[in-house]
Amino acid sequence: MKREPLLAALGAFALIACAWAVPWLKFILTIALAKGIAVLGILLLLRAGQVSFGHSMFLALGAYTVAFMAPTEPEVLLLLPAAALVATGFGLVIGLFLVRYRDIFFGMLNLAFAMVLYSLLEKLYAITKGTDGIRVAGLTFAGTQPERPVQEWVMFGIALGLAILFGLLVSVYLASPMGRALAGIKTRETRLEFMGVPARRVLLFAYVLSALMGGVGGALVAMTTRHVTPQIAYWTASGELVFIAILGGAGSALGPFLGATAFELVRVYAAAAVAEAWQMILGAVLLVVILFAPGGVWGLLSRRWRA
Amino acid sequence: MSEVLLSARGLRLAFGGVKAADGIDLDVRHGEFLAIIGPNGAGKTTFINMTTGYLRPQAGRIEFEGKPILGLSPRAIVRRGIGRSFQLPQLFTEHTVLENAALAIAARRGIWSPLAPLLRPRWRDEAMDLLDRFGLRAVAEARADALNEGARKLADIAMAVALEPSLLLMDEPTSGVAAAEKMAIVETLVRVLRSTGVTAVFVEHDMDVVARFADRVAVWSQGRIAALGPPAEVLADPAVRRDVIGIAADA
Repeated sequence: MKREPLLAALGAFALIACAWAVPWLKFILTIALAKGIAVLGILLLLRAGQVSFGHSMFLALGAYTVAFMAPTEPEVLLLLPAAALVATGFGLVIGLFLVRYRDIFFGMLNLAFAMVLYSLLEKLYAITKGTDGIRVAGLTFAGTQPERPVQEWVMFGIALGLAILFGLLVSVYLASPMGRALAGIKTRETRLEFMGVPARRVLLFAYVLSALMGGVGGALVAMTTRHVTPQIAYWTASGELVFIAILGGAGSALGPFLGATAFELVRVYAAAAVAEAWQMILGAVLLVVILFAPGGVWGLLSRRWRA
Repeated sequence: MSEVLLSARGLRLAFGGVKAADGIDLDVRHGEFLAIIGPNGAGKTTFINMTTGYLRPQAGRIEFEGKPILGLSPRAIVRRGIGRSFQLPQLFTEHTVLENAALAIAARRGIWSPLAPLLRPRWRDEAMDLLDRFGLRAVAEARADALNEGARKLADIAMAVALEPSLLLMDEPTSGVAAAEKMAIVETLVRVLRSTGVTAVFVEHDMDVVARFADRVAVWSQGRIAALGPPAEVLADPAVRRDVIGIAADA
């Protein structure tokens, strides 16, 4: 049996066991899975050698789609595809412009778009309620509205199911000609062009897919936290996604989920232990990872497995 | 053999005061191996770059199979049937040699499939067969950045051949290759290229290679073609020997 699927199955089992044994962790783990799905999009772009410092805009688009639509259409099974569709549409439009750029220009232009969205969400109070944010209430699941503890399990289950689905999708995509061509952009974009392959189109597909996953991640965050504020589009939120991608490692579709889980757990326990300095602890963790495990948590695991 | 595949007329391109092409007129015939020789800076690579759409000449025209190709993108020119290899091999260094070859095959057969694996059995077999022909089967699973220079050059050309071009332009296919393995590499190369029937233009500094494998030789000098003809004739020309080969040999 291949090791990645086995590790994924073990990881899923461990998450369920944790959520069952420590009920309050269910919320944290659902958020981690949602962010992991969004970070899968960062991983795709990293494979092409590009870093997006503004990817939280797609989480915000997904989250606000849920917030805006929920009062009239509270069905989670409809809200999720709607959020994905909105983020995908914006991803396509923004992507058509962004894929013309590389490296720092690509990263900073993403940041610029995200900050424009953040400003709009913050300033257009009549529509977005500004920094007060929008409460997401009354969600239904396949037409039912179960009790809160059951809802938490359902959200956790949906997040886990989507994480597995997108993890598989990304793994398959990365092994496909398009995925391998995407990785080719990082090392020899010129060669792609001289093979008759339009590198921009290859990157655009990955960008739109990453936007879709960002939208789904954002929708899950909104459905779990039940409150959406412009903070979700702020540049620090985008930085967090890149942080998680580096922490987890870009070598496998499992990396984002390992990184997101580690990130959320470190954040929760660090905040509980040293309320005033938890960011310092996160920073120290990232430093240790960069210095001693450049392949992230996934790199450490796969190295140990090979040894 | 006499039918013209590629025709260049009046190509001019200058970089500042340096004339890289100063009225280049050249016909490449179907099925021939045309060597381009000349000192560094004479404009040999510039000719390849103009023909493949990487550079646009300030004047002149290029026709391929009777149709103009100037102004087309490198991608469009590749699709018309002109392939190229590079002086510095352009391999996907984080991929294996097999993946490099398979990706080139995918580029020809259709890359837009996000759900089927690159190394599907049929493409894997085709890629292995390609590598076999170039003597690279043993390094198929090695990462491209782990190859020696000779293997890198062959892999680079194999990727161009995978596109099944009618015309293949090779920029110094033996530069940087150890002298001991140079002839073996060229023998492999010529054997594969002859078997495919591709027309080849190659920039070369090694006159032994030129004399042995070229059907015709074009001598480049300061952006102009100073001589053109069969190797035995051109390489025996005292002016070429003095002004070009001497310089090239020192370069």
